[in-house]
Amino acid sequence: MDFSLSSEQKEYQELALKFAKNEMIPNAAKFDESGEFPKEIFEKAWQAGLLNTCVPVEYGGAGFSNLDAVLIGECLAYGCMGMNSSMMANDLALLPIVIAGTAEQKKKFLTPFTEKFLLASFCLTEPENGSDAAGIKTSIVDKGDHYEVNGNKMWITNGGYADLYVVYGTKDASLKNKGISCVVVPKGTAGIEIGKKEDKLGHRASDTRAITFNKVKVPKENLLGKEGEGWQIAMKTLDHSRPLVAASAVGGAQRAMDLAVKYALERKQFGKSISEFQAVQFMLAEMGMRTEASRMLVYQAAWMADQKIRNTKVASIAKAMASDGLMQTATDAVQIYGGYGYSKEYPIEKIFRDAKLLQIYEGTSQIQRMVIARELLRSN
Amino acid sequence: MKNIFVLVKQVPDTETKIIPKADGSYVEVTNIKWIMNPYDEFAVEQSLLIKTAFPECNVTVVRVGTVSDNECLRTAMAMGADDAILVESEGLIDSFTTAKAIKGAIEKSGRTPDLILSGKQAIDDDALQVPQLLAGLMNLPSVSVVVGFEVAGNVVKLKREVEGGSIEIYELNAPLVVACNKGLNTPRYASLPGIMKAKKKPLAQYKLSDVGVSASDTKVKYHGFQLPPEKPAGKKFDAMDDAKAGAIVKDVVGLLRNEAKVI
Repeated sequence: MDFSLSSEQKEYQELALKFAKNEMIPNAAKFDESGEFPKEIFEKAWQAGLLNTCVPVEYGGAGFSNLDAVLIGECLAYGCMGMNSSMMANDLALLPIVIAGTAEQKKKFLTPFTEKFLLASFCLTEPENGSDAAGIKTSIVDKGDHYEVNGNKMWITNGGYADLYVVYGTKDASLKNKGISCVVVPKGTAGIEIGKKEDKLGHRASDTRAITFNKVKVPKENLLGKEGEGWQIAMKTLDHSRPLVAASAVGGAQRAMDLAVKYALERKQFGKSISEFQAVQFMLAEMGMRTEASRMLVYQAAWMADQKIRNTKVASIAKAMASDGLMQTATDAVQIYGGYGYSKEYPIEKIFRDAKLLQIYEGTSQIQRMVIARELLRSN
Repeated sequence: MKNIFVLVKQVPDTETKIIPKADGSYVEVTNIKWIMNPYDEFAVEQSLLIKTAFPECNVTVVRVGTVSDNECLRTAMAMGADDAILVESEGLIDSFTTAKAIKGAIEKSGRTPDLILSGKQAIDDDALQVPQLLAGLMNLPSVSVVVGFEVAGNVVKLKREVEGGSIEIYELNAPLVVACNKGLNTPRYASLPGIMKAKKKPLAQYKLSDVGVSASDTKVKYHGFQLPPEKPAGKKFDAMDDAKAGAIVKDVVGLLRNEAKVI
């Protein structure tokens, strides 16, 4: 067992962290307040090669491993979890193409993302189907020479700016997961209706919208895998993307902890630094315990994905541990800041709001527990 | 414009808390995170901008320093420099020795420099000497604190910041030495694909003796390192009450004259 990172991996981390500190942290509060989309920052990140880490070398990408991607993602989330949601959403949308696309589809859909700055959206969730993703109602119906997509999608990250949408739908909702297919819908296709930007508690820099597909014609060659394979593609995508989301939670927790440590050392009460009080020390110690344990789980889940070892259980454990841990760490960090932690003048208030989403998106903490329990029970 | 050499130095990260060693021989380096001197980043960026305009250009980065923490040469190559030279030194060396080592390294590369770029100063010792010393040793013109840069054939047009906010404009023929200041450009990030490519770029490594430097070249002896004395707390004067203004002015003038001895 070797816990050391390669010198390249350390350099990736260093670059991503430098980007987070120079470009993201100084701008995070501004975009959180205004809710504007920080496109210039994303474009700069793209120039530095920090986006689309999942694209293979053959199609112009860097050919990063899942472990490389989580190392980078953790650093970007350290800068701003909200911005990182948008950045990560690109990988989430491109992964189904990497996983199930033909060589021709990969060349057509992935390569442009390496040639210029583009965004993509992953469209699975619907207004009435979040955790029960297999129950989606959007239809993808064979119309002879094309497919027709009809239905409503919800909480679509990058929805207003996407160059392509990876859309899941069913030919017959009663077939549940066996009826689901996955197609690539290019932007500008007639019938795509883009909803207004959601006004959210956190992750306010990330663009989140409802997208409606109204008799949208999709060429047959845009089907990923075969008809009815959509569910498998989505699940394989999540095995890859869960470590990424969990890494984002670790990055956010690390930032919250760093801020809490710094503030505890600065703040004086009763004539001494509050870092000298055991009540504060224990909160800090537990932040360290949770963050470090989560990070190891994230590395393990990513490493397993790279080794092509089924990582469903570990990825779910990592996602649940890291995001629940982040929420507790952010809560305690606000507590250490006291009244100042409740004010927008200090960065911890935003991190507290951003933290909550990590327990909800890409499988709630409860869904992760269902997956973990299922995996434990079926091995007996 | 064919051969550009860029001098880079590895310095402690700007957030580092500097602590002198217990025996005062130097500062504690064990916990220091090393970065490329920020002013040198402007020099690297400028060389890459020139390379974009003159693609036949070869950019070599040169560093004098210890082998450990050699990341800044890799960073420069990840940003786009073609190759690198490291002159290995041990312990502290002064600006003159550094300049002489760089001269030797450039000569050893076998390429005749058209342009030598560096930052105007390194943020660790703030000596502001190496580019000028190197220019002297190589008998080349040099311009420092440069904030504007144009290349037309063999002619280099430079803008230099001088005291009081004025700008001096220079027009020189290459070869020459240019020391860059903040504001000249915005250094790019070393891209992730660039980091991968940098691994395969050549890095030549020499000892001080390989580049014609001997112990007798040292001009500066370091006697000890210590932190500056802590600043005493400032004095406050309540000037809100007009009636007391006269007395306060008298008081302040007296302190400036007798205590601070500045007037």
